Amino acid sequence: MIESILDNNLITFLILLVSVGALVGLFIGLSVFLGPKRTSKVKDSPFECGWIVTTDAWRPFPIKYYLVAILFIIFDVEVAFLYPWAVSFGNLGMAGFISMMVFLAILFVGLYYAIKKRVLDWR
Amino acid sequence: MRNAWLVPGIPFFSFLIVGLFIRPLSEKAAGWVATAALFVSAFFAYSIAWDYFSHFGIGHEGPALVPWAFEWLRYQDHLTATIGTLIDPISILLMVVVTTVSALVHLYSIGYMAGDDGYGRYFTFLNLFSFSMLGLVVAPNIVQMFVCWELVGVSSFLLIGYYYRKPSAVAAGKKAFIVTRFADLGFLIGILILGYFGIEAFPHIGAKIQQEMAGLSSIPIQAIDFAFINHPATAHYILTTAGTVLGLSTLAVACILIFMGCAGKSAMFPLHIWLPDAMEGPTPVSALIHAATMVVAGVYLVARLFPSFAAAGTPLDVVAFIGTFTCAFAAIIACTQDDIKRVLAFSTLSQLGYMMLALGVATAVSPLGHTASMFHLFTHAFFKALLFLAAGALIHGVHSNEIWDMGGLRKKLPVTHLTFLAATLAIAGVPPLSGFFSKDEILRAAVENHHPIVFGVALFVAGLTAFYMFRIYFISFWGDARSEKAEHAHEAPAVMLIPLIALALLAIFAGFVPMGEYLGTSHGGHHGIHWNIAIPATLAGLIGIALSAFMYTGTRERYVAVARALGGMYTVVKNKFYVDEVYLFVTKNIIFHYIARPIAWFDRHIVDGAINLYAWLTGALGRGLKPLQTGQVQTYSAWWISGAVFFIILLWMKLS
Amino acid sequence: MSYSLTDIFGVLPELILVVTAITAILVDVASKGKDSSATMLVTAVGFIVSGIAAISGVGTIGVLMNGAVFQDGFTTAFRAIFCLIGFLTAIFSPAYLHFRNIRLGEYYPLLTMSVLGMMVMVGAANLLLFFIGLETMSISLYILVSLNRTNSKSIEAGMKYLVMGAFSSAFMLYGIALMFAVVGSINYNDITNYFLADPTLGPLTIAAVALLLTGFSFKIAVVPFQFWSVDVYEGAPATVTAFMSTGPKAAAFVVFIRVFGIALHPVASHWTLLLSWIAILTMVFGNVAALRQTNIKRMLAYSSIAHAGYLLVGIVAGNHAAFAATGYYLAAYALMNLGAFAAVIIVNQRHGTDGSYRFDALKGLGFAHPLLGISLTIFMLSLIGLPPTAGFLGKLYVFSAAIETGHIVLAVAGLLNSIIATYYYLRVIVLMYMAKPEGDTTIPRPLPYAITLIVLSVLILLIGVFPEPVISLMIAVAP
Repeated sequence: MIESILDNNLITFLILLVSVGALVGLFIGLSVFLGPKRTSKVKDSPFECGWIVTTDAWRPFPIKYYLVAILFIIFDVEVAFLYPWAVSFGNLGMAGFISMMVFLAILFVGLYYAIKKRVLDWR
Repeated sequence: MRNAWLVPGIPFFSFLIVGLFIRPLSEKAAGWVATAALFVSAFFAYSIAWDYFSHFGIGHEGPALVPWAFEWLRYQDHLTATIGTLIDPISILLMVVVTTVSALVHLYSIGYMAGDDGYGRYFTFLNLFSFSMLGLVVAPNIVQMFVCWELVGVSSFLLIGYYYRKPSAVAAGKKAFIVTRFADLGFLIGILILGYFGIEAFPHIGAKIQQEMAGLSSIPIQAIDFAFINHPATAHYILTTAGTVLGLSTLAVACILIFMGCAGKSAMFPLHIWLPDAMEGPTPVSALIHAATMVVAGVYLVARLFPSFAAAGTPLDVVAFIGTFTCAFAAIIACTQDDIKRVLAFSTLSQLGYMMLALGVATAVSPLGHTASMFHLFTHAFFKALLFLAAGALIHGVHSNEIWDMGGLRKKLPVTHLTFLAATLAIAGVPPLSGFFSKDEILRAAVENHHPIVFGVALFVAGLTAFYMFRIYFISFWGDARSEKAEHAHEAPAVMLIPLIALALLAIFAGFVPMGEYLGTSHGGHHGIHWNIAIPATLAGLIGIALSAFMYTGTRERYVAVARALGGMYTVVKNKFYVDEVYLFVTKNIIFHYIARPIAWFDRHIVDGAINLYAWLTGALGRGLKPLQTGQVQTYSAWWISGAVFFIILLWMKLS
Repeated sequence: MSYSLTDIFGVLPELILVVTAITAILVDVASKGKDSSATMLVTAVGFIVSGIAAISGVGTIGVLMNGAVFQDGFTTAFRAIFCLIGFLTAIFSPAYLHFRNIRLGEYYPLLTMSVLGMMVMVGAANLLLFFIGLETMSISLYILVSLNRTNSKSIEAGMKYLVMGAFSSAFMLYGIALMFAVVGSINYNDITNYFLADPTLGPLTIAAVALLLTGFSFKIAVVPFQFWSVDVYEGAPATVTAFMSTGPKAAAFVVFIRVFGIALHPVASHWTLLLSWIAILTMVFGNVAALRQTNIKRMLAYSSIAHAGYLLVGIVAGNHAAFAATGYYLAAYALMNLGAFAAVIIVNQRHGTDGSYRFDALKGLGFAHPLLGISLTIFMLSLIGLPPTAGFLGKLYVFSAAIETGHIVLAVAGLLNSIIATYYYLRVIVLMYMAKPEGDTTIPRPLPYAITLIVLSVLILLIGVFPEPVISLMIAVAP
């Protein structure tokens, strides 16, 4: 159905495309041409939360950072999944309960695995 | 009867087991296991025969059953090649003959081949050979027939060339394979023609035949099954709808082409040239090839397709003509040969000629010749196997194939002598031995279907047969020892003599089997002996024997004088009518020179040129493609994007 | 939204694999990364049980999970085939992993998960579930490919595969989204019905079809999306390559049949010509490039591209018989390619070779190791497509389906390409049997390899000589 709308209003779509492009181009162009440009060594250096930069940004990080970040995302998503489930818990009944328990069990196996592989071990 | 598949099945599994597992462990065990397998298989063949005839009775034509089958290759509906077992009187007859002779040959070989290098290999091949032949015998359709037919060809090649260190054996193996393979070309084309029209005919008559066949076959009938091909409705359909070729109906052409394959396997003139050379194989193999397996395959196939042949008409005349000619031709040559196995080989040719001519004189309404042919196949299998095995015992004792190296052996090899005599009397048609009855049937068939010339030739050859068979008998067993070797000849071991005695009994008494009753095609025939035919036939035999006794029991001068009197004719016959030389001339001077050479030129320059061009183009393309595989993800992504854009463009273009 | 027991039992093979994967992870943790043979055992048993569950489901036909899963013979057959592939890969992996000094027990759970993904893919009845299966399979494979983490080639391969794979997933997902936008549903059946009612393509549909086609083309590695496969196949641990070139390819093809052969069949006229050209180009590219390889692994990688071209012929032919033929060919191809890789892996462990998969390692092995020689010969003959192997009948069925539907050019191109292919496959046999052995011909002979080689070569000959059960099954089950 969307297709038919587009077919009939292809021109509208094109106008939108062009005008969006033009608008973005206009703003960036304006700032490039009109904005004042004053540079200094300190100003060009990377921003590091107020710390003085010691090395460049391509330096390798310890892998632990990534692993913890990934673990965080998993549990973050889990919460996003649990929340709607909890809201409609009453309607889902036993099947819903069991399904979620299976899901959580699998997730905990993963957590157990991560702990046993010393992912959270910072020493 | 459901276990009919065991008859070819046991040799097959034995072939695998012996070849793969037992042979590497113990050569000796290989021989015994292979032999035991054939005896078990023979037992099953007998039990099937017993079941069949006690269930359906005798004296009328029994039904053709397919108690066991499975789908093998499905091409399309009604064109599915099945592997199965066809049980009808003639397949039972062949099963009994093949398993009996093969089992006895196996047993005999244990003694004959003892101490040979390739003992285990020999028995492996022998099993394969028996399996191929049995698979052919029980084939319910023409595809299984063809596959087993070729397997027979391959295993005969392996066995004839068994002494592979001997160049003449290798050449003989190749000759047998190439000649029969060449003939099979005709067979294959014939199958394709029949298959093509079978598929066309199927929608019109298939349902009807299927209905008739209900309950007889465990699997729906297919267009390539014998039951379908042989059905009168099919023949009628092909005869009425398919056109004619060179004045012959399409069915006749197909049958004649198939007969070409039969002539190759059954060594009919002019495709007989491989058979005498096939004597290069071990003697028991000759016995098996000549008596029970390979050569009767051709006769069997004609008998199997007899309704089609009879419906087409002309092919049977061809069969009768070729059969009669070969019958006489081979018998004449046999009179002049000095190698005992070669004489037997030509006698096989001659006897096969008998079987073919008997089939040829039969017609759909008067199929007496069909019965006679099968009867002769039956009796011939025993006495010919016996002749070869006895000859093997002679060769074993004397260490020579030449009859002039023998002589006076009746005292030194008494058992061999008596059994050989029994077989010789049987083949000469002396009553009441088996050959007498079957030959009588054949002659009667020729008379009753009004083929006076065929009858005359057959009668003459009957005398000739007695003559040349007694020739070798007298030369090798009577008179004085003609060589050192013959002086010190000794009797063969018991394991070789037992098969001889068993076969001798069969050769003597097999004639009393009321074959017409079993095959049910005699329509009340074969009751007793027909004196008006038996007396001249027996007389012809006796004259032959007498002549032979006159010429070969006395001094050497007698037959030398005869040979000299015949002069050039004798030389021509002795050289087998120069057929081999004619083949050589045709292939070398005509085919090689005028056909092969231009083809070779075309092949080298045009065909190979095209192939080389193709290879060069491919190589160049490969060099061109190599830089594309840069190993960089960036390049790959670029290709990807262009590909996606290209897809969209193409789909878009298709749209508008 | 509720599931009955039928639904649960319908996906029993998948559930068994989930349990297997979890158990394998726990077992691996318990063994403290010292020895992964227990993990291997758990996985192998899991594949067997799952395979049995799959086979016992033969004959039940229907739709499960509220229309999300096809419970048909095609699903069943390929579940069983995937279990066989997974099982054989699992049992012949330990010797290789030991040889390469890869001591990561994660290998087996990942293998299980990837087979699970394949099963979900072939069973999926809608584009979303298919995509989830695809990602389950692909993510496991990304890790498996780079599992040899001390080897820069393996890391590079994993990286390339991840980047290109992510690329393809994005395309696929956009395609699915656009298709949903057009049709208003992601169910294959709804898509079919929509296009049956209106077989014209608007610009949005064209974009959707093109994007989906791009995504599939990546997964089955056809021109011009095939470049990754050679590098990845070469860099990945050989057992993973063996697995990748058979299972995932077959899974992608089955879904390709379901989506393009069935769901988009009403608009087939729009993409048939395009696919024909892709098929021809893929065959030519794969075969021609394979000719000049000196590395067996790369040669097999290119040969796998060429085979994707042959298989596409079946999809272009596009009728029931053609899909059955493609199914047969996929099964045959999985068997012979897995076998070829298994043999090559063992050849490569020959003493005195540097483990770089050069053709020279084959020299003179045929007579020294009869089982290896005979089975590798069978695999090569089957890859060429000579009777009496399964490869011959696969090609025969596919090409005759193409001829029947009037794609004679495709069939001819396929045959010409088979001739080219003969050259490089035969070279393997020639080197094994006709070249003089150089140096030490001893190779390790672990039992699992012997089992794998025997099982696969017997199966290839068996379904090559008696194709009736398999092709009947495929004809009965093909969509």
